[in-house]
Parts: sequence; structure tokens; C-alpha cells
Amino acid sequence: MSKQEKGWKDLTLAAISSKVSTDFLTGDWKVFMPVHNLEKCVSCLTCVMLCPEGAARWNSELGKVEFDLSFCKGCGICANECPTKAIVMKMPEKEE
Amino acid sequence: MATQEWKFTAKDIALKPELFFSGHRACAGCGPATVLRLVMKALRGPTIVTQATGCMEIVGSIYPYTSWGLPWLHTAFENVAANASGIEVALKALSKKGKIKQEHIDVIAIAGDGGTYDIGFQALSGAIERGHDFLFILYDNEGYMNTGIQRSGGTPTGASTTTTPAGKAIPGKLEKKKPITEIILAHEIEYVATATPYYWKDMISKVRRGLEVEGPAFLHVFAPCPRGWRTEPAKTMAYSKLSVETCIFPIWEAVNGKRVLSTPSKMYSLAPQKKRPVIDYLEGQGRFRHLFKIENKPVLDQIQQATDERWQKLLKQCETT
Amino acid sequence: MAQEKVKQETLALNGDEAVALAAKQSDVDVVAAYPITPQTIIVEKFSEYVANGEVKTEFVCTESEHSAITASLAASVTGARAFTASASAGLALMHEILFVTSGSRAPVVMAVANRALSSPINIHGDHSDSMAERDSGWLHIYVENAQEVYDSIIQAFRIAEDPEVSLPIMVGLDGFTISHTLENVKVLSDETVKQFVGERILPRVITHEGKTVPFKLDPDNPMTMGPNVSPAFYFEFKRQQEEAMKKAINQIQKINIEYAALTGRSYGDGLIDTYQLTDAEIAVVVVGSTTGTLKVLVDELRNEGIKAGILRIRTFRPFPVEQLQNALKHLKAIAIMDKSMSFGGFGGPIFTEVRNALFDLKQRPIIINYIFGLGGRDSNPIGLRKVFEDLQQVTKTGQIDDTVQYLGLKA
Repeated sequence: MSKQEKGWKDLTLAAISSKVSTDFLTGDWKVFMPVHNLEKCVSCLTCVMLCPEGAARWNSELGKVEFDLSFCKGCGICANECPTKAIVMKMPEKEE
Repeated sequence: MATQEWKFTAKDIALKPELFFSGHRACAGCGPATVLRLVMKALRGPTIVTQATGCMEIVGSIYPYTSWGLPWLHTAFENVAANASGIEVALKALSKKGKIKQEHIDVIAIAGDGGTYDIGFQALSGAIERGHDFLFILYDNEGYMNTGIQRSGGTPTGASTTTTPAGKAIPGKLEKKKPITEIILAHEIEYVATATPYYWKDMISKVRRGLEVEGPAFLHVFAPCPRGWRTEPAKTMAYSKLSVETCIFPIWEAVNGKRVLSTPSKMYSLAPQKKRPVIDYLEGQGRFRHLFKIENKPVLDQIQQATDERWQKLLKQCETT
Repeated sequence: MAQEKVKQETLALNGDEAVALAAKQSDVDVVAAYPITPQTIIVEKFSEYVANGEVKTEFVCTESEHSAITASLAASVTGARAFTASASAGLALMHEILFVTSGSRAPVVMAVANRALSSPINIHGDHSDSMAERDSGWLHIYVENAQEVYDSIIQAFRIAEDPEVSLPIMVGLDGFTISHTLENVKVLSDETVKQFVGERILPRVITHEGKTVPFKLDPDNPMTMGPNVSPAFYFEFKRQQEEAMKKAINQIQKINIEYAALTGRSYGDGLIDTYQLTDAEIAVVVVGSTTGTLKVLVDELRNEGIKAGILRIRTFRPFPVEQLQNALKHLKAIAIMDKSMSFGGFGGPIFTEVRNALFDLKQRPIIINYIFGLGGRDSNPIGLRKVFEDLQQVTKTGQIDDTVQYLGLKA
């Protein structure tokens, strides 16, 4: 919440949502993070399809799968389902 | 229904815009969250979504944030099909008066098993009987997970929930899972199908087919819930797959009442020896842990027997060619 | 009364038929309803319009009142003009969604053919049903006769759909006494009503995309309606609803004047309507069709030299506090008539609110409450005369036996 909160007169009618959830980062929920080995990756996009967060993404320009760790909750579905074992879940080494 | 089959690849789907945004508050490893993401990739044009109260309604609409990139309405728990009715007739009425630019707007109603099997059933049956043009998507995670894992009409036999706890006298839920899709099929509508997200391509195709139908269509999606099933978040899609491999949740579609097994399930009708025992699916799920005690062996046997019987019945109902 | 500006035709209609005709002429887009006595004629009549191709309206005969109000709400937030009707148990089944409708700021118009609530089951008129919904965030209007219900349904669309108001409205007509009784009703032409009501104007809202757009479900301008709101925000949206109620006070008065200029008919100031009140010493405060009976009685009393008057509350929500204070402050004693009970409370709901409104007056009348007419119990001039006799007595002695009394109850 911002410091200058909107009063009842300023809020739009009937609680229409005012922000998109892409402004709400869920990446800090995770314990383990996916580490992606591009050499093993065959770009089948199983991870992109099955990620509940939309955090595994296909970059068509670079022709590779990328992970947006600011949303990844560390569930590990991608690693579990990867047919070539190109993804492993690891503990992040150090907090910056 | 459209005569031209929609063909797509994983890359086509990956490049479609995400209309169920990242930053939603579903648990890590949430099956229904993947379902919603992928359902939104199957849209064929302008669409309005309405959702029953439940996990997936809450996690995408925590004010002031929204995870919805299309017009979205929530009003209550038991009435999502009536929401869809109202939206659909309003669009018709406004179209007649030339007040809508779009040639057609699809309407999707989404509910969990509580909002479909139980409290939402009357509104759903009524809306289907009236023939409104909408697609109803049931994401079935087999319990009231949003309120803390209570039993629903969709909870399977033997499952321990907070209102059917596995105790010394009673081993979890005693009753059967309500055959909701059979009941919907009995309404004699054009399109009824089952799906599960591991088989994402199959599921996305079925969403599209449901949208193409003029009139009500129903899609039953089996969506594992790591929190409620006491499973590892990483195994969500593994259980989605196992549900098909054990024939716990066969996937099929029925067009005008003619049922056909979908490819992943069809394999087990062609090669029955590949069908896996239900314990492969049950073990590892905390909600079934008590069934592996020696005294509960009869319950395990009962689940296997009931699963086999349902599967045999389904095979007869399907064209197996 | 003002002079009528437009041609009107006199038809013999019962209250329900008058409601259906008014809704039809108001060019509603969607009607979603479920039949219940004594509202059934409204639904049946509207079905005839649809069957005969007289309307473009989408009519949805739902499987319950719960779905009827839900579909009306959903249609309304899709941008359509929506109408429904119910009564008694049907209104009670809608209870949950009545709050959702007002909270969603959906200006649905509903006719309520007021009827007793079970148990025991009773199909006859009283105000138990809508009085139980007085805190649901809906505007409430109660009418005196079939003419007024016709006029009020037409006005209701203008009041509810005003972008500053954007709240649902229920118009109560007494079950059977108004709903099923044939009266002469002056009706306007379709074109006149269509012009008076006009096209629906949508309030403007700011979406998550930062766009300021009309408030409706629109694929071109997506918005999220009905989100999950935490303690950090919920209160503010409820306060907004209260503000909209305040705005409705002005809008109801404005529409009353505008309608009078067109038709020659007005109902007091739109909020309260009075009869022989200005010089009255004693008066009855009432809601609904009993007013007609009381008028006959007041005429008799006036002939007898008794300074009796009537105040009819037409708009119960928003509650016209100032108007009531000004109209009642000069009286010696008043009787407040309630056709419903608030079990275990101190008097009926109208009594409680009127008495509360008069509390701040420096000098206020003596106030008695009469619970009467429950479950369709007849209230005739002979029975109602006792109320005025009591008021005369109280004026003399300054003594009240019981503040809350039951009129027409078998002892």
C-alpha cells in the first residue's frame, strides 16, 4: 500500500480492480529455484505449458525458454516434467 | 461446431497472450492455476469470463490487483451459471439494438467442484436446460480447498478431508464421487468433455470445441491440488497424468451424446495391460495415506473395483473404434 | 396537480398488469424472473408480450428467484436495462444477491408484490418481505395504487440508472390489494415513455488498464468486477453506497417534478405524500395502499370537526429524515402503522425509523405504533377509526398505555 492512500471519494465505483497482478511479485515465495541447462533443453515447451505462474516463457526471438524468477514460486513442476532433465531445482546460493 | 479443426503447436500457445496474469496468489504447484492459464489460450475471439467464489476466484482478484486480462465478473458462490445466463441474454438484447460492436462474444463460466457438484448445481442445471450459449468449465480439485479442505460431492471415496477426517472408526469419505459429468450429459447438450492439464493439448482443444458449440457446453477438468491432496507441489502434473493412467479419471468427449475416448485414455482400451493399479495414484497423496494401513485394505480394494467397473461401463458407452 | 402535457389513455388494469406494461414501455433489454403469488401476473403478462413479438426484450424464465436476481444483476453490469419481479419467499431467496446487486452498483428495477413471509405459509399482503430487505442497499418505493405503480416503475429506471446513483430499486405494491385489483389507470404512449426513460447512461470508471470507460463488461475495455476486497478497502466502498443513497434523494424529487410536468401526476415531493396534514393536530404515518382507506376516514373525521391528517412514506430508502421532521413537527400526536414485525424489537421498522428521525426535534408529537394487517388481515375504516380515537385521547391525557399496539388482533 502506498503512503498516500485513496479515500472513499477517490476510489472508482464498485471496487473495480485498479492494478494488474504483474505488479505483485510472487518470486519471494520460493525456497528452490529452477536452474535451466540450455544444452539439454530441446525446447519442447512442456515447462512453459505446465507452469502455474506463467513464469517459464518462450522467447521466440532468441529461440529459447526463459524463467521469470520474479514470479516463480519454486513449485518444481517444470523440473519434474522436463523430459530431458534440463531443469533442476536448487537452493539459491546467496541473497544479495 | 466449426468444421475446420484448430491445429496448434506448443509454440503457438506459448506466444498467445497470457490473459490470466502472473502475480496471482495461488499456492505453489497449483493445478487449477495452470488450467486457467491454458484455458485462456484457447479463446477464439472476444470473451467474457464469470467465476464462482472459490480458490481460483480469490487468487486472481485480490483488490486492488487483478489477474484477468478480459472482462470478468464474480457475484457469489452458487450462481455462476446464472451470471452466464444474464451476460448472454444481455449481449443478445444489446446486439439486437445495435449497441455491441463485436459480431459475437463468447461467455465462459468457471467454478470449482463446490460451485458445480453442490451449491452451484441448481443454477447450472437451469442454465443448461434454458439453452444459453456458454461454456461451463469445472476445475475439479475434489474438495472445498479455499475454506480449508472440506469434503464436496466431488471428493472421492476414502479421501481424508477436514469434514471427513480419517479417524479410528471411519476411514475418510465413505460416499462415492458424484458422477457429475454423467448428470450433465443427461441434459442432452451438444458438447460434454473431460480433460486434465498434463494433457494440455487435449484440454486446450476441448475448450475451443466447447466455445464453438452454439448453446451450453460443459468441460470437466481434473485439477490436482497439492495443498488439499497433501502432495508435493512438483508432482501436481504427475498426478494429473496418473489419474488417466490408472483410469481414475478417463478423458473423453461426447458430441451430441456420442462418446469417444480421447487419445491418452484410448491407449488403455487398446492395451488394457498398460492400465496401472490405483495404488500408484493413491500412494504419495496424504489424503489417502490412512488407506495403506492394513485394516483399510478393503477400502483400497473397493476403490480399485469401483474404478474398474466405471472404466468398463465407460468403454461400453464409448465408440472404441 | 399540474396540467398534463401529453395524451393519455385510461385502461382498466390491475397493479401487476400496470407493472408489466410500464416495464415493457420502458424498453427493458432483459427480464429475468420466477413466478410467485401475487407477482405471477407480471411474469405472465410479460411472457405474452414476448410470445406476441411486442417486445425485443430477452425474457429469461429462471429456475429460481436466486438465479432471477443473479441474471438481472449480470445483465445489468453487461450494460443492459434489467427488470425483475418477486414477492415474499422469492424475495427472501434473493436476499444474498440483493446485497451483491447494490454492492455491484447494478441499477436493476424490481417490482415486489408485497406478501407475508412463512411460516405459517400465507399468500396475502403485508410488508414483511421487503422490510426484511431494508438494509440490502436497494432504494425502496412503496405505492398507494395501480396508477402509482405504473408511474413509479417508469420513474424507477430514471432514478436507479442515474450515473450518480447507480443503485438497484424495488417498487413495492401491496399483494392482492394492488396487485390483483382492477383500477382505472391512465397510461402514456409507448413513445412518450421511451423518451422519458431514455437510453441507459452508464457511469464511468477507471480500469486496471488506466482507462476511463463506461461501467460494463466489455471485451474492448476489460475490467474486473466483484473482486476480493480486504479490510483495507471494503469500508470505503460501503461509504460510497451511502453517498449514492443521498444522491438518490435529489434524483427522486427531480424525477417526480419532471414526471408531473409531463403527465399531471405527482406523489408529494416523491419522498413523502401528505393528505390534510398542514393544519392537522393528529395524523397517521403509513406506507402503501392503506392510505386510500385512511383518506376516506380522514374525510369523515374532518366532517366531524376533527383535525386529522395522513403522511404516506413513499420512499423508505433513502429514508427522508428532513422531510419527515418538517412535515410532522407541528402535530400533537401521531400513529405509525407497520404492516410487518421486528420480533423482539421495539415496534415495527417504520415506527423505529420515524421515531428516530423525530428525536432531534425540540418539540415532537406523542408517537404510538400500530402493528396491523399481517398476513392480509383486513384493515377497514371502522377498524382504523380506533387509531384516531386513541390519538385524540392521548392528546387530551398525554398518557399512552402501550407504545406498541396491535390493531385488528383477536384478543
